[in-house]
Amino acid sequence: MSGFATQFKSNAQRVTGDLKHRDLIQSALRKYDVVRTKTASTFQDWQAARRTASSIKWDAINHLDKHLEQLVGKLEARGTVVHWASTGVQARKIILDIIAEKKARSIIKSKAMTAEEIHLNEAMEKAGYEVVESDLGEFIVQLRKEPPYHIVFPAMHLSRDDISELFTKELGSAPTREPEELTMIARRVLRSKYITADIGITGANFAIAETGMISITENEGNARLTAALPRTMITLVGIEKVLPRLGDLALFLPMLATAGTGQALTCYNSMYGGPRQADECDGPDEWHVVLLDNHRTELLANAEQRDALHCIRCGACLNVCPIYKNIGGHTYGTTYQGPIGSVITPHLRGLQNWKHLSFASSLCGACTETCPVKIDLHHHLLQNRRNAAAEKPVWWEKIAFKGFAFVANRRWAWRWGIRIGSWLQPLHPLVKGTRLDPMRPWTKTREFPPLAKETFKDYWKKRNDRA
Amino acid sequence: MNVTLFIPCFIDSIYPRVGISMVRILEKLGHRVEVPMELNCCGQPGFNSGCWAEARLVAEKVVARLRNAEVVVIASGSCGAMLKVFYKELFAGTPLEADAKVLSTKCYEFSDFLVSKLGVTDLGARFPHKVTFHDGCHGLRELGIKQPPRQLLAKVQGLELVEMSEAETCCGFGGTFAAKFPMISTAMGEVKCASACDTKADYIVSNDASCLMHIQGLIDRQGKPIRTISLAEVLASE
Repeated sequence: MSGFATQFKSNAQRVTGDLKHRDLIQSALRKYDVVRTKTASTFQDWQAARRTASSIKWDAINHLDKHLEQLVGKLEARGTVVHWASTGVQARKIILDIIAEKKARSIIKSKAMTAEEIHLNEAMEKAGYEVVESDLGEFIVQLRKEPPYHIVFPAMHLSRDDISELFTKELGSAPTREPEELTMIARRVLRSKYITADIGITGANFAIAETGMISITENEGNARLTAALPRTMITLVGIEKVLPRLGDLALFLPMLATAGTGQALTCYNSMYGGPRQADECDGPDEWHVVLLDNHRTELLANAEQRDALHCIRCGACLNVCPIYKNIGGHTYGTTYQGPIGSVITPHLRGLQNWKHLSFASSLCGACTETCPVKIDLHHHLLQNRRNAAAEKPVWWEKIAFKGFAFVANRRWAWRWGIRIGSWLQPLHPLVKGTRLDPMRPWTKTREFPPLAKETFKDYWKKRNDRA
Repeated sequence: MNVTLFIPCFIDSIYPRVGISMVRILEKLGHRVEVPMELNCCGQPGFNSGCWAEARLVAEKVVARLRNAEVVVIASGSCGAMLKVFYKELFAGTPLEADAKVLSTKCYEFSDFLVSKLGVTDLGARFPHKVTFHDGCHGLRELGIKQPPRQLLAKVQGLELVEMSEAETCCGFGGTFAAKFPMISTAMGEVKCASACDTKADYIVSNDASCLMHIQGLIDRQGKPIRTISLAEVLASE
């Protein structure tokens, strides 16, 4: 077992037993479920919308080369500097070089999971720069020195009291339970940072090839301040974020909002087309767009799981996932949590180290059912399992399943297997729940039913013998 | 109709009553039932563990034996999904691919067979209890079976169905998952049980006895005031 798997299991053990955590997450996501269902029902046909979105993303991803070239051509035409980064290391270097060249000291950042993916904040802080997250949830987890708990709701694991306590400790504010007051405390700190920051870093929700625009969706208005106030703007974009046409947003913006938070439309939807032009009065002097590959093209080459690049990072699969709801976001130990994280992390960070996430699923399929762009999520988990076992077989499992096949394929062996099991079962209480119990993973928390005195096949044989 | 009834391993060895109830119902409706005695498992445990070659050792025998069946009725949504949906993937690119595809068209989960294939909903059953229904994930999402069990329950005399809020949420069984990640599986089961108990029903009914094995295991350990029973047993009650 990899160290990551061991860590995962021990965290899962701790979090699943935390009933306060369970109540908090289950009740928050139950509310999401109600709102999302209601908003989705306002679409003329939500299922048709999913099919359309899926086919648009199919086009975007299967013709990524053309769309990216078009995107870059349009961006450069309006004076944007475009950088191509094959790896996280390259992307960090590109961004650190820009910061050094601008002699910047403080950096303001809006929410970007790609930045989490390449550990950008750590790199900037290590290089001696001050970095402040401007999204409220991200700001909170940054103060706690924690990674985001959820790709859309970074601080959903915290109660108002937790946040108040944190602000009192870190910012010296008076304790309060009012969400508005908590927001105002963060706002006062952040406003001064926007004004003094030399560089603003953003992520992207969509990159429009047709017009060379970056679309950013947010609820707090912090991303537009991050983009508008500092003189230099840097946008980090995963290459899979491309949409072919501006008109595609007419579907994708409401779809992202509905699937992500249950809103009909997110509060702020901004389009960025370039740095400040000669005839414009505001906007950054310079805009750098960093296009990030970081193993995405390897996923693109994988015909079976290519559709994982359709992901619009709405977080819907996390919200409906019974595994996520019980183990929480931090247990995964990944940038992207939940079903989509379990599917793509093995591609981003190595199959053998991260295969346990594909096994840590009951394969219930709630993720696939909800995904707005119809990624075949839970079947990809099955494929990851197959690939992991083929690449590095677990010898005892192979032997066990070969042995099982031998028994299952022979009527006499199967009959004797059950007979011996039913003879041994009365002795089971002697070891039940102890380390000697071969069924311990089951019997530690659950009873195992008695084997039938007369199996179905016994019954059937008797019946036929009589006839 | 000649119905070949596929009896999964856990029905044979733990819940024979489920299979017996199905035989009674099918025969009452005038069909001839055949049970392949040499088939004991669909191969799903190996398949879900990534050991596809080992799973094929079991599944090959199923495909070969069921080649001439008129229709195959499977006594579990999960094993039904294995035969109907996953065999096509398991055998893709092998000599049995075509057979697996043909078999897929002949496979029905029990409740789906009654309602969608036979068009029967009223079996004259009587079960004077308040029940809540658990949708097994494979039956629900791989096979798309949501209404048939409810249509059948609606015709059972004396039965009152109360839906639980988490009817479509996984019970946490997931086959080998329950043993590999028991802490997650148990937590999921507890959420399920709590939702079922909220309905104040006497029974949790499901068309998948494997889910019920998990749920009943938790109920027995925790002493919850509810029992489990398979849909087939309810439908065979008089």
